[in-house]
Amino acid sequence: MTVLPEVSPRRRRTDKIMRGTLAAGTVLALIPLVLVIYYLIKKGIGAWSGDFFTTDPNGNFLGYPGGIKSAILGTIEIVAFATLISVPLGIGVALYLTEYGKQSKFANLVRYFVDVMTGVPSIVFGLFVYIVLVLGHVGGSGFAGWKGGIALALLMLPIVIRSSEVVLLLVPASLREAALALGAPRWRVITRIVLPTSLTGLVTGVLLSIARGAGETAPLLFTAFGAQVATANLGNQMNALPLQIFSDITSPRNEVVTRAWGAALTLVLMILILNLVARAVARRSRMA
Amino acid sequence: MLERSPLRSLPDQVLKWGLSALAAGVLILIGYFFVRLIGQSSSAFSHIGVLDFFFRNNWDVSQLQQGAACTNGGHCTFGAWALLMGTIITSAIALVIGVPVAVATALYLTELCPRRARGPLSGLVDLLAAVPSVVYGLWGVFVLIPHLKGFQQSFANTFSFIPFVGGTVAGPSYFIAGLILAIMILPIVSAIAREVISTVPSEHKEAALALGATRWEMIRIAVLPYSRPGITGGAMLGLGRAIGETIAVVLVIGNSPTLGHSIFQQGYTLAAVIANEFGEAASTPLHSSALFAAGLVLFVLTLLVNIIARRFVIRGVRGKATSGEGLLVEIETEPGAAPA
Repeated sequence: MTVLPEVSPRRRRTDKIMRGTLAAGTVLALIPLVLVIYYLIKKGIGAWSGDFFTTDPNGNFLGYPGGIKSAILGTIEIVAFATLISVPLGIGVALYLTEYGKQSKFANLVRYFVDVMTGVPSIVFGLFVYIVLVLGHVGGSGFAGWKGGIALALLMLPIVIRSSEVVLLLVPASLREAALALGAPRWRVITRIVLPTSLTGLVTGVLLSIARGAGETAPLLFTAFGAQVATANLGNQMNALPLQIFSDITSPRNEVVTRAWGAALTLVLMILILNLVARAVARRSRMA
Repeated sequence: MLERSPLRSLPDQVLKWGLSALAAGVLILIGYFFVRLIGQSSSAFSHIGVLDFFFRNNWDVSQLQQGAACTNGGHCTFGAWALLMGTIITSAIALVIGVPVAVATALYLTELCPRRARGPLSGLVDLLAAVPSVVYGLWGVFVLIPHLKGFQQSFANTFSFIPFVGGTVAGPSYFIAGLILAIMILPIVSAIAREVISTVPSEHKEAALALGATRWEMIRIAVLPYSRPGITGGAMLGLGRAIGETIAVVLVIGNSPTLGHSIFQQGYTLAAVIANEFGEAASTPLHSSALFAAGLVLFVLTLLVNIIARRFVIRGVRGKATSGEGLLVEIETEPGAAPA
């Protein structure tokens, strides 16, 4: 048996250095994450109090500037509305792609443009809704919470479509064929076989798209516009966590900037929880 | 033949055509999008002139506050050259800083790191994408800008011989914006690079190792050449993100519509100008039209970048079915083709 020649010291050194560089790059990539979380907790936790979550921003120039109740409620309402629109539409398009369109020219064209849509900047979606709905005073008023919801829905739509398509493709063909062979019509195959089988995967995609939509500021700036008081009426201007943070950052008052940190911590926690739940759901579906 | 009565096959037809209509709706929506954006920005283009809009450096709306209306040849001018350059400069900085780190991360995670640490570490890198841009902006304004000022100044003094580096350092700057963008594009570039690298056939890698290559040599001769197109595509998708990012940039770039002399000076980008001047522009049609024009440029720019990027990524992945992002993956396998 021949003995392999030794790796020369020079090559071994290069190997070591490059391995170290790659590892250092990974550490470098994680530094911002650690720093962001550190400062969020350090500066944000001080803002948290009972009042912080139960009062609206009051606009006073002195004293307690108010909390983020309207921002939290606004975010929940707008994102819920956006989810209500984007999820049925998104899963519908994904069903078309997997069950009917398949590899047809038209289906591939749709796929292509959905992909392209994921790269469109969120501010452009905001401008679009502004042009179509706000300038035209659709629904009686200019800025309104539901218009912000539509802007977010447009943003979430491609994410829902692509994640749903991947999941729907995982449903074994044999299940579909078995149902069809038993004489089930196509629509029952979809509603009774395809959708239930892929449910957990669909939920994961939806949760991730919600997490994405909840953090967006730019589309809301042109549509929901922001307000101080909480409202349950989607026809009014609405506050949202990202809007609150955005407007608080530029304030010269320390108390208001602290509120921005507190709101940011709240927002990041909400998004983090959504992400963790999504991952847990995904893991569960893989085990089942 | 057993056939369903027309009435019983009705739900099937409805569902089929309904879903097809939905899919067509997506295409119509994007088309409509485009048409409306062009419609709204056409008055700006016709007043300012397309070339002047792109290549003149005179974005000036300072008269607006005094109640003066922007009229043709009047007080306000809208040459967006400085904004366009700002977008290009910040995105370039983001790519220069972000892509090497992202690729290093991807290589480490797929080729070097212990198998058990791979999942959690990838999850952490992906978490960078979960932080909203307004939070990055907040962090940039109150942490990055004050903490990095001294470092930037000493860097600018030491390397002042490099073009666009020397001179005084402003707080908010192209550099800070580029740095934040680098952090924001890192997760997507890294995720795509990971995806592409994991498609390198293990035969290639094993062959390199069997020939006596060290780990790094294996990466250099087997992994990188194979995954280069995909990584390029990933970097371009990152570029698309960087071009369109608004809120984090508007907070840290200083919003001054002039072209700074160095990367440590204040500037503006196309996306930032829309977010920042949108409120005051509402009362002046030409101003808002100019902002819509900026939006249109942004839209077309990101569209082009994305289209090119997808070419690269798809060529890189070449139909190898993988899981993950779910955005780029071309799945070639035909799912249950049932008889019609």
